[in-house]
Amino acid sequence: MWDLVLEDRRINSLRLVAPMWNGRIRGIHRLGGAVAPEGNQKKKRTILQLLTNYFYDVEALRDYLLQREMYKVHEKNRSFTWLEKQHGPYGAGAFFILKQGGAVKFRDKEWIRPDKYGHFSQEFWNFCVVPVEAVDASDCDINYEGLDNLLLLKELQSLSLQRCSHVDDWCLSRLYPLADSLQELSLAGCPRVSERGLACLHHLRNLRRLDISDLPAVSNPGLTQILVEEMLPNCEVVGVDWAEGLKSGPEEQPQDTASPVPA
Amino acid sequence: MIRRVLPHDLGRGLLTRRPGTRRGGFSLDWDGKVSEIKKKIKSILPGRSCDLLQDTSHLPPEHSDVVIVGGGVLGLSVAYWLKKLESRRGAIRVLVVERDHTYSQASTGLSVGGICQQFSLPENIQLSLFSASFLRNINEYLAVVDAPPLDLRFSPSGYLLLASEKDAAAMESNVKVQRQVGAKISLMSPDQLRNKFPWINTEGVALASYGMEDEGWFDPWCLLQGLRRKVQSLGVLFCQGEVTRFVSSSQRMLTTDDKAVVLKRIHKVHVKMDCSLEYQPVECAIVVNAAGAWSAQIAALAGIGEGPPGTLQGTKLPVEPRKRQCKPCPHLSLQQEEPDPANLEVDHDFFQDNVWPHLALRIPAFETLKVQSAWAGYYDYNTFDQNGVVGPHPLVANMYFATGFSGHGLQQAPGVGRAVAEMILKGRFQTIDLSPFLFTRFYLGEKIQENNII
Repeated sequence: MWDLVLEDRRINSLRLVAPMWNGRIRGIHRLGGAVAPEGNQKKKRTILQLLTNYFYDVEALRDYLLQREMYKVHEKNRSFTWLEKQHGPYGAGAFFILKQGGAVKFRDKEWIRPDKYGHFSQEFWNFCVVPVEAVDASDCDINYEGLDNLLLLKELQSLSLQRCSHVDDWCLSRLYPLADSLQELSLAGCPRVSERGLACLHHLRNLRRLDISDLPAVSNPGLTQILVEEMLPNCEVVGVDWAEGLKSGPEEQPQDTASPVPA
Repeated sequence: MIRRVLPHDLGRGLLTRRPGTRRGGFSLDWDGKVSEIKKKIKSILPGRSCDLLQDTSHLPPEHSDVVIVGGGVLGLSVAYWLKKLESRRGAIRVLVVERDHTYSQASTGLSVGGICQQFSLPENIQLSLFSASFLRNINEYLAVVDAPPLDLRFSPSGYLLLASEKDAAAMESNVKVQRQVGAKISLMSPDQLRNKFPWINTEGVALASYGMEDEGWFDPWCLLQGLRRKVQSLGVLFCQGEVTRFVSSSQRMLTTDDKAVVLKRIHKVHVKMDCSLEYQPVECAIVVNAAGAWSAQIAALAGIGEGPPGTLQGTKLPVEPRKRQCKPCPHLSLQQEEPDPANLEVDHDFFQDNVWPHLALRIPAFETLKVQSAWAGYYDYNTFDQNGVVGPHPLVANMYFATGFSGHGLQQAPGVGRAVAEMILKGRFQTIDLSPFLFTRFYLGEKIQENNII
């Protein structure tokens, strides 16, 4: 029964993600399609559901596991106010991104990126007075509270939030403090971003490049592309072909050049 | 050979008479009888309520700790927080009585669903801020195992308020209060406004306030269903019925100044079933009045307002159903006749005559505006000061109010629900202090005016 519970915990943690992304999130260029055999998962789920309906302990255990998953995300997104006092806003913000697994680029310096074990070089503490220019937070678990730390980086020019499963419309409404400096933003593959969140990007007047490809929650990608282009006239909006609804063939996904190539 | 035999047999079968198929004779309804016997056996087996004599499954339970009258967003919010804040699992038994399970006339479903922090009272701003954070984390608060996550369809677009010369000072002081409480509001001059929104005609505008975060609109029906689902999973009972009577007892007591007061206590609530005369007396400890536009009727049933006018006994609950906010409004010259609140008919001419001219003046692109559809809903309008009534009644000791919000009940529901639950369980407001919203202000005449009514 334990492996059933563990299996469901994984399913439960993915429950918060849009139903399209069953299983591990693969490349952003694959839309839809079942990744794991559906029948097996469905059968496991009904036994578990049966047990949950009949036994309070099973229900309480599953509830507890779900709460623990949510708590873990909150832990990752706590505010580093002490670090901000010690090392300044740029250091605290950079540390937050690196801890989550993203990459940071200080002005006139190289990209700093954690390795596969999550370790990163501590030398950036030395140049914390240098503002952070670019952040690549792809596949990170940043949510609304975590943006507290990200918004410390007042002179950020390029932000990539690709495939962040907890970034939703509320988070987008919080990006307006970066309006003066932000020039590049990528939201490709975020499962919770919809056109309502994209509408509040109108604050970002200096945006030059916006990537909105592969957003499963957007109901009409072609129309959204046109509206966003109208909303931000100086910005190059990438990712959706507005004639998509008219074409009958498979769409081409453009190569994303915003994220840095790992060394 | 078989082929020749079969039709022969069939033919014989058709011709012979079987007992019971004779016309006008006794016919055995096997299927009906079998299902009845199955039902009886199932009811005897353990795990089912054994009610061989009478089926009372449609009636509410005979005892309940808290009875919440009204199953809209406020009632469900109170139920949710009661269950969330109870000291141990299953401590409080809650029953929600809702007259109409389709919510066809309930203000919640018919609401626009806006949420805004631009109020002048700090309590209203705090309630709105908490509700915004509740909605943001709704899938953590209202998570039910095996149920799909809720999609509130929140548009974080913000509210823009425009002020003329004479109201600019008031707007500035309001924004100061809002910022102190924690709302993110930005003030804009007419030039900045034109820069940001070039499609607005800024003639006559001296100042504008724009909500940058946590403001917008969402789907109230989704919130209602999410609350219902979660509250049912927490063990709250629902009942479709109407409250027709309160059985209460009174006690004559002396105040410290030796004045006689009559304190009432409600013991039973009579819940009448839909389309029948059957009713169930539910014995309860606490009654929460969250009946929205019809709260005054529930209050009258409890005897609130039966006394000489001008006394505490004679103070009625000043909440009535209204379809339009008609407060003295110098900007819009509204005709002051109130639309008849007896039905939910839409007055289509009102928009054309009164609202559209102002819209077209402010936003020139709206000159070619055409109304596609319209619907009407009720405000639980507080005629005293258009703010909510929260907390216990001073004389009817166990009736708590959560009503009268006059148009911002939906956006303050999570905060108010928590406040009422704290009042019931702990005896005082713990997180947001809503003491200015108690019932006693109607008797004392202390109006808490909210200047920015939306």
